[in-house]
Amino acid sequence: MSSHRDNYPEGAAFYSVLRNRYRKAAIWQFLFLSALLIAIIALTALIYNVVDGAFGYIAYEYKAAPTQFTATPVSELTKEELLVILKENLSSGAYNKLDKETPMEKRSQADLLSLFLERLVRIDTKDTWSMTDSLLRGAEIRAEVAEKYPDAILELRSWITPQFLVTPMSSRAEFAGVRTAILGSLWLVGIALLFALPVGTGAAVYLQEYAPRNWLTKTIQTNINNLAGVPSIVYGMLGLALFVRVLEPFTSGSMFGVTDSNGRTVLAAGLTMGILVLPLIIINAQEAIKAVPESLRQAAFGVGATRWQTIWHHVLPNALPGILTGTILALSRALGETAPLIVVGASTFISLDPDGPFSKFTALPIQIYQWTTRAQSEFHAIAAGAILVLLALLLTLNATAILLRNRFQRRW
Amino acid sequence: MENHYAIETNELSIHYGNFTAVKDVSMKVERQKITAIIGPSGCGKSTLLRAFNRMNDFVPGCHASGELLLQGQNLYGKEIDPVEVRRKIGMVFQKPNPFPKSIYENIAWGARINGFKGKMDELVEQSLRSAALWDEVKDKLQESAYALSGGQQQRLCIARTIAIQPEIILMDEPASALDPISTLRIEELMQELKKNYTIIIVTHNMQQAARASDYTAMMMIDERRAGGVIEFDGTTRIFTNPKDKRTEDYVTGRFG
Repeated sequence: MSSHRDNYPEGAAFYSVLRNRYRKAAIWQFLFLSALLIAIIALTALIYNVVDGAFGYIAYEYKAAPTQFTATPVSELTKEELLVILKENLSSGAYNKLDKETPMEKRSQADLLSLFLERLVRIDTKDTWSMTDSLLRGAEIRAEVAEKYPDAILELRSWITPQFLVTPMSSRAEFAGVRTAILGSLWLVGIALLFALPVGTGAAVYLQEYAPRNWLTKTIQTNINNLAGVPSIVYGMLGLALFVRVLEPFTSGSMFGVTDSNGRTVLAAGLTMGILVLPLIIINAQEAIKAVPESLRQAAFGVGATRWQTIWHHVLPNALPGILTGTILALSRALGETAPLIVVGASTFISLDPDGPFSKFTALPIQIYQWTTRAQSEFHAIAAGAILVLLALLLTLNATAILLRNRFQRRW
Repeated sequence: MENHYAIETNELSIHYGNFTAVKDVSMKVERQKITAIIGPSGCGKSTLLRAFNRMNDFVPGCHASGELLLQGQNLYGKEIDPVEVRRKIGMVFQKPNPFPKSIYENIAWGARINGFKGKMDELVEQSLRSAALWDEVKDKLQESAYALSGGQQQRLCIARTIAIQPEIILMDEPASALDPISTLRIEELMQELKKNYTIIIVTHNMQQAARASDYTAMMMIDERRAGGVIEFDGTTRIFTNPKDKRTEDYVTGRFG
């Protein structure tokens, strides 16, 4: 057998080969970095686009001057003054209707002020500008407004305010809020959780711990994996057929004596969302159960535990953080889904809070979708605000999942 | 008539589907002695050991034929629940595998699920004393078992097994993941335990088998890759004057 030592490059020849190797490595490194930069740019553009719409100049006129109603400047009006003004100037029918929704005395100053502006002064928005325009072309905008709308008031406005979060829907963008949508979304996610967490965990336990490994289980497993990728609109069709139509007596609450409702309730939509996230929850729970080491099961069986005792006392407690993390991530998907809600019939305009499983409802993505399709630019601005609210909710959910994972992570 | 055998096998074979992993083992394991099972890797030692408390039931496709007799009763009989088998024949595994719970709970859990009605504190203390662990852990019973060293964890696993008062303790290479000092402590412990229990141990370590056991079963695979016991005798005889040439080659280090 001859030595191959002479067949390897040495000295200068070696360095020539080495330089070549480094050059190739540098090209690949550059490509990977570019890929990362593209991803960062895309994300930045997304955030910028939303934030850009949520802040900026607004030019508006009063249809009736505030001085017609009071001598006090608008910014200094107290709650008592506002109550008197509203009582004197609103028609008694309109006043009583508002009083019935929430007694006027119990409303906050901010709430009364927006009623005053909405019903009496009646703000008329002339135009809005994006954040970038407002910052870069401030002088131009001021000149344009002074020329086109000499009576208009121009001010910088953040469309997302504390008031925006707690105000119900309104037909006027300036006074609309996302309260109804946030509550609707929370109801949806809550119902989906109540349905999908026990069912999903149960199915995962059965598949991992009991089911024999045969063609039937394999088929079921494959189908669960495929279901996780089915477009959400298909789940919407299922929800419409099953929960809205077939199970209407249940989802409308008529079998519980609720009369003023059809099947298009938050319950039907929540169950649809539950079905939508069920495959995700099953798969995540299976992974969490798989991660519990076999040696732990053997230890339990070794001291004479039954399968059920092994699962209940060891497998489930140790898989629980993983199951919960997976569930939260699945629910954050449900929070952002729009298509199935449109199909099962979310209300696009509703100002009453959902107060039970049989309420009509709207949800954040529905509200965003609805506002972005409106022609007036001020609706696009509040849509941007609502998107920021939705993103904040999603981030909160995901952060909870990460905290949960780190807090309970176990080293075997 | 008092049977001085703790457990007997009668032509016991273990199959994975169509493949026979262990074939026709007939051996009588004496009460309150340590019986070692030795042999090269892949000869079916662990499979045979796990057959004794029906741990193989969890392996898909695995089934046994022949008889495994505990006091004349076939443990593979239809009327026998494997849970009862594992209650009577405890097991210590290769890697220490305490429950991720407190030291106290590691002992108490097995007792509780098996319907133990006595004083739990006493049982925990007695089990830990029997496993020569009490003095090291008596002040930290509520701490996690994972805070113990590997050797301590393995003795905790032995204590956990003793707590359910089995008749036989199976040990699957219980010291292979431990350092020499911890190994020695386990071996000393085995000598104490055999006063009350019958021990069957699988080991790769020839010196360990020679040092610690009373009887030794030598396993080897045949031409069809099925493992079998080729020689079963007193440990001294197996290591000094074996009948089978293959045993001699193995224990003297010429093979395996």
